[in-house]
Amino acid sequence: MLKKINGNEDDSGAAVEISKANFPSPFYSGLEYAAPARGTWNIVHTGFLLPEAHEIFVCAEGCLRGVVLTAAEMGASERFSTISICENNILDGDMEDLIVDGVADILNKLPYKPKAVLVYTSCVHHFIGCDLPLVYKRLKEKYKDIDFADCYMNPIMRRSGLTPDMLMRSRLYSLLKEHPQNKKSINIIGNDFATDKNSELVKIIKKNGFSLQEIQSCKTYSDYQKMAESSLNITYQAAANPGANELQKRLNQKHLYLPLSFDYQKITDNYNLLCDELKIDRCDFKFEIESCEKALNNLKLKIGDTPVAIDYTATFKPLELALLLIKHGINVERIYVDSFSDEEKSAFAELQKISPDLKIIATVNVKMRFLQRKTDSKYLAVGQKAAYFTGSNNFVNIVECGGYYGFSGIIEICNLMLDAFEYEKDAKSLISVKGLGCGCSL
Amino acid sequence: MKQTSRIISTYTADTMGVASALFEFGGMTVMHDASGCNSTYNTHDEPRWYDFDSMVYISALTETEAVMGDDEKLITDIVSAADDLSPRFIAIAGTPIPMMAGTDLKSIARVIENRTGIPSFGFQTNGMHSYIDGAAEAFLGLAQRFVKADSSKTDSLSVNILGLTPLDFSINSTADSIKSILTENGIKIVSSWAMGSELSAIENSAAAHVNLVLSQCSVKAAVYMQQNFDIPYVVGVPIGKSFSEKIINDIKTAADKNKSIISFNDRSTQNADIAIIGEGVCSASLAKAISLETGKNVKVICPLTVEKAFLQSGDSVAFSEEDIEAQVGNIKYVIADPMYKPICGKKSKFISLPHEAFSGRIYRKDIPDLVSGFDFSILNS
Repeated sequence: MLKKINGNEDDSGAAVEISKANFPSPFYSGLEYAAPARGTWNIVHTGFLLPEAHEIFVCAEGCLRGVVLTAAEMGASERFSTISICENNILDGDMEDLIVDGVADILNKLPYKPKAVLVYTSCVHHFIGCDLPLVYKRLKEKYKDIDFADCYMNPIMRRSGLTPDMLMRSRLYSLLKEHPQNKKSINIIGNDFATDKNSELVKIIKKNGFSLQEIQSCKTYSDYQKMAESSLNITYQAAANPGANELQKRLNQKHLYLPLSFDYQKITDNYNLLCDELKIDRCDFKFEIESCEKALNNLKLKIGDTPVAIDYTATFKPLELALLLIKHGINVERIYVDSFSDEEKSAFAELQKISPDLKIIATVNVKMRFLQRKTDSKYLAVGQKAAYFTGSNNFVNIVECGGYYGFSGIIEICNLMLDAFEYEKDAKSLISVKGLGCGCSL
Repeated sequence: MKQTSRIISTYTADTMGVASALFEFGGMTVMHDASGCNSTYNTHDEPRWYDFDSMVYISALTETEAVMGDDEKLITDIVSAADDLSPRFIAIAGTPIPMMAGTDLKSIARVIENRTGIPSFGFQTNGMHSYIDGAAEAFLGLAQRFVKADSSKTDSLSVNILGLTPLDFSINSTADSIKSILTENGIKIVSSWAMGSELSAIENSAAAHVNLVLSQCSVKAAVYMQQNFDIPYVVGVPIGKSFSEKIINDIKTAADKNKSIISFNDRSTQNADIAIIGEGVCSASLAKAISLETGKNVKVICPLTVEKAFLQSGDSVAFSEEDIEAQVGNIKYVIADPMYKPICGKKSKFISLPHEAFSGRIYRKDIPDLVSGFDFSILNS
């Protein structure tokens, strides 16, 4: 299907050497392809982290389909309901009534009473100027014993202020109610995965007598509400920051951003910042850094010059990860990413210097449908999209860094890469599953 | 309340129906949407996505483009992609926001066709109707644009198979079984709309003597071809031995007498203690097959667009969860997709018949070969 140039597929516009790539947008944004790698979470998965909550989506049937079946595939249909929008609701101006009456109808039919309801409105509501504050006011008046969160499935706004992903990570904590603060209690918020308990982040907090809350460990709505007692919210991905900033304003919980990194100095700086904030002694990470070096050198020893591809769904910092690996002699040849985070600007500049031929390859460009999805020799892929596009069954099956963080996170990624190098997986079946780790009935 | 669903699924939408109908013909389908339609389609509606490289894309519409009415961005992006990929045709399908913005997709398609020279379609879908409507428009568009009126009729009896999409028939052996039944009875297949044929076969469809309509989504195309190419149609899915024989005979009769036949239209629903919930043609065909194999009457509850002529008195059309729940009541047997089970009466015996257009891929491995795999004996227990 693709034109051939000098006997090769024409990948122009879909792939570029990093030395020639623009930052932060290496590719033109036109029509988009969607690769069948489905492990990243969507707003349904994230919403279900809230215990004892029910989700209600209000949208056109075409938009409902994906979310209804997301819930069904994770075996959560009992916690999920829908209100479908028809043409007349847009023309008649009765959208507010439709939402309020629809939610009431669903609550009347439910065999249980949820503690909270996440009501997801859509692009349509934004465009018709639906009076959402009125909707939630009426719902709260009608159901005084149920908390309602305004949530959004409005992908058309993805380039207008907060992205739907940022909004979801914010709205998930919007039901926390003001509570006397406990100085010895800390939250990590905004992630889909719980932070690895072996990470220095968790160890520093716990070893110094602080209790740590994450929504993933909340079994009940009341456990969730206890998160309001914490005096500090830690985030480590940028998409979580708007929610943490909102909590800082609303509940006076301090926000500390410790961005996930694969750079030893940045990791150390993060931990120093944490220790200073907690007013505890700073730590020496000499042993941890040596352990990282051992893991990286061992990885290089085992995989030799095997080419490596990394994609942006595996980690928030694909460029930093590539830089770390390349500095240890590992043959990173490709990074699958459509745009770069501002936080990776320095890694981008350094990679341009030390690895100018590193290929930056789009994932949504129309040509990605047809560019060859196999390689001549064994390829080690980090992430589901990298696995799909290289056609490799030797891949690390993680999304969002899988909860791994800090020096221990680097070691764990090395271990996962080594395991992936040695043992093949069934990529097609694994990457087709929606919401990695959410449970799947397929 | 008609627009709420406490627990059941929702059917594949019209936008995706367009993409599914056109998937195998070498065209490029663009869903004019921000995001979400692509992953929904390729995860839940399109079992061929992983292994069959079809050009289905989204336009990645943004708020600014929608507010500013920036159709030129859409046109330029499609023209650019077409230049890279050389599709046989281009189809643009709408979603809710283009509908609200009044985007004229048919005119946009004309502009694209003028610029590229590639046949282009604009389908005014809006994501608020089912796949039946979208696929119906796509099949009609194919018939109007590509079928050549001057094709010579085949020497022996032949058919086009219309309405064969994975949304109604999944990707198990059903499609092959339908084709086998026809060929084993000496009926040649000119084209299959839309699994297993290339666009050249579609172009030659007027060579067939009869159109076999397998689902509601192909009725418009069948009627068009009857009116314009004088091809009669037979409506019915060959399920079970007796009903399959009837369809074969009906195809011969339709060809001989040049008249269209609904193969299941002599059903009775009197005292029916079996209900089927599902797509109109498939469900009515199964109802007829059950009646022929077991002597039992069956009522059809259709939650999708369906021709009135396909239903009998006693059948019903019910779109909402509460209406369907009221219709099934405590009828003895309910045959339906498993995602309907929670709203069926506890006294009913539920017989699972997964439907890709309702439950997506969840129960795909349990979808039987409809032609030979439905176990009629289960209704005798």
